[in-house]
Amino acid sequence: MALRKVVYNVTRNPELAAGGSLVHAPVIPVEGESYEVHEDIAGEHMLINIGPQHPATHGVLRLVLELDGETVVRCIPHIGYLHSSFEKLGEYRDWNQVIPLTDRMDYLAPLIYNCAYAMAVEKLMGVEVTERCRVVRVICMELDRIFSHLLWLGTTAIDLGAFTVFLYTFQQRELIYDLHERYTGARITTTATRIGGMMADLPSGWIEQLNAFLDGFPRVLDEVETLLTHNAIWIGRTQGVGVISGEDAVNFGLSGANLRASGVDYDIRKDRPYYDYDSYDFDVPVGEHGDIYDRYLCRMEEMRQSVRLLRQAIERLPGGPINVDDPRVILPSKTAAMNDMESMIHHFKVVMEGVRAPVGESWFSVESSKGELGMYVVSDGGSKPVRWRVRGPSFINIAALPHMIEGALLSDVIAVNASLDIVLGEIDR
Amino acid sequence: MSNGEAFKKGLEGLDQGPAPSEPAAPGIPPPAGELPPHPGVDALRREFGEAVLRHELTAGDEHIVYVRPERALEMLGWLRDAPEHRYDFLQDLTCVDYGGGREIQVVWQLWSVRHKRNLRVKAELPLDALEVDSVYGLWRAADWLEREAYDMFGVVFRGHPDLRRILMPYNYAEGHPLRKDFPLRGRFSRAEQTRRALSMRTEDHYSPLELQIAELLNQPLPDVIVEGGPGVPEQGMMPGVGGGG
Repeated sequence: MALRKVVYNVTRNPELAAGGSLVHAPVIPVEGESYEVHEDIAGEHMLINIGPQHPATHGVLRLVLELDGETVVRCIPHIGYLHSSFEKLGEYRDWNQVIPLTDRMDYLAPLIYNCAYAMAVEKLMGVEVTERCRVVRVICMELDRIFSHLLWLGTTAIDLGAFTVFLYTFQQRELIYDLHERYTGARITTTATRIGGMMADLPSGWIEQLNAFLDGFPRVLDEVETLLTHNAIWIGRTQGVGVISGEDAVNFGLSGANLRASGVDYDIRKDRPYYDYDSYDFDVPVGEHGDIYDRYLCRMEEMRQSVRLLRQAIERLPGGPINVDDPRVILPSKTAAMNDMESMIHHFKVVMEGVRAPVGESWFSVESSKGELGMYVVSDGGSKPVRWRVRGPSFINIAALPHMIEGALLSDVIAVNASLDIVLGEIDR
Repeated sequence: MSNGEAFKKGLEGLDQGPAPSEPAAPGIPPPAGELPPHPGVDALRREFGEAVLRHELTAGDEHIVYVRPERALEMLGWLRDAPEHRYDFLQDLTCVDYGGGREIQVVWQLWSVRHKRNLRVKAELPLDALEVDSVYGLWRAADWLEREAYDMFGVVFRGHPDLRRILMPYNYAEGHPLRKDFPLRGRFSRAEQTRRALSMRTEDHYSPLELQIAELLNQPLPDVIVEGGPGVPEQGMMPGVGGGG
């Protein structure tokens, strides 16, 4: 029986809280109406431009800030510098050919995007994947949750001056890169799923390699915690910074750890379970203050829970075929295609015409590392999507950035932006 | 499965060809009892009657309710606030263009955090009247989603405080890219596209509000793209900056 969600009460550092001044970064409230442009502000306020080429914006994000001294009066984000028109390109490709586009959106957790897209299309087509495929996809998604959270941890820490953490996390990411490479042949652009299954079964020895990673990883995470969790600088830069209330977070559509750090208990793996997530034993950490520190604690705990999930998935990994036995969607084996007529016809049709989906549509979402990743596919019965829409979690999370930083200090802009865990490939699409 | 069976099964799917995309009888709500009931849709019918056009079920368990566009805002507001529904989380707002002169659909995908229920609301807008009320006042999440829908489909959201392009540049003049009548390569020739890209001025990178602020502050606009000059590293000297996440 799965445990119900546990609320982790975030404990503030007691020694420092008694002293007071170190715990909270000073936030200077802006008096009066900060939204109006007043004629008499000339010479007092200043307009500055951060990005699009700036290492601390985590991609090609551009922020135009109106400053009063060091206080941010107004923040206007500009996006689109990486726009590649993926959704339009998808309409010119058949259902399987869209998969390479999905991992180029979020290159920090490519397998989650591959899986989410395949799951949406399979739901539309009514294809039930095999038991082994379900568990392999859970392994892929949880592995990439760690993969993405590690990058978030490293880059956020380096933005706030903690260089060591960056090295530790990237060392661990390298091991996941190796796992990607060994399974899919690519380190970032994995393209691992197909409609109805995976591109291949797990190679021999892969699970052992994954186990070796899982043995070493929690120790590194503990080490990172000793560097950050009770670190006075880290606490000073993160506690009480970038606060958003639970009600506002829901209204802004935040999802993932950003929403849960504000105390809203919404995780798709629990609330709309897919792939038997309800039969795994794991907890969802929920914060209460909605600041950067709580987002940090939530993500750290999520990585530990992902390790638990991975261990359970490895234990229950069944044998059997990885692809569905359905010649409409899956290529026959090479031997069969070369030796019997029917298989050759299927091979020809699947390659030349592509897989066909029935008329209809499906909006399917999974809990990605960054939040709710929705895939909306619309079909008119052909072999290409009429519309393929991605509800990118970063796109909606970053839209709340001005709300979180207006009234804060310029240096907090970098911290808050880093804490939201964005990836511009998916924001700009 | 023997080869013969597999062959038959394959032919069923492969040789059907594309089915017509028109629903059988658009505009007529199905008789009660035909679809599994959805509490949100039933309540909308009771509350708004005529304004609910039809109710569909797709992909097994996804409920879609089509509403009259002029009453969409009112109905969405009711869905958000009614205590027994509380669709307080706007998961997604987007448009679908089927092409061929058909109406463009505006899609609101809702989720109730408290009741753990989904509902998809759709409104169909004819191509010559692409306007619908903004839900910015209900969900702030709609801010960028509506801007994106405007940018990509040209649907105007009445009452949005800052409706401007979001993914395409502000001076983009080729239209709305995700419309079916928009060619994949764009409307202008490659030479014209290059010329326009190279002739962008600093002001083209700023929104009207920012231009207004800069004027009031009596401050020159900060350059976005710095080309050479003393002390400025050439582009390409820092490969990978900006791409690493």
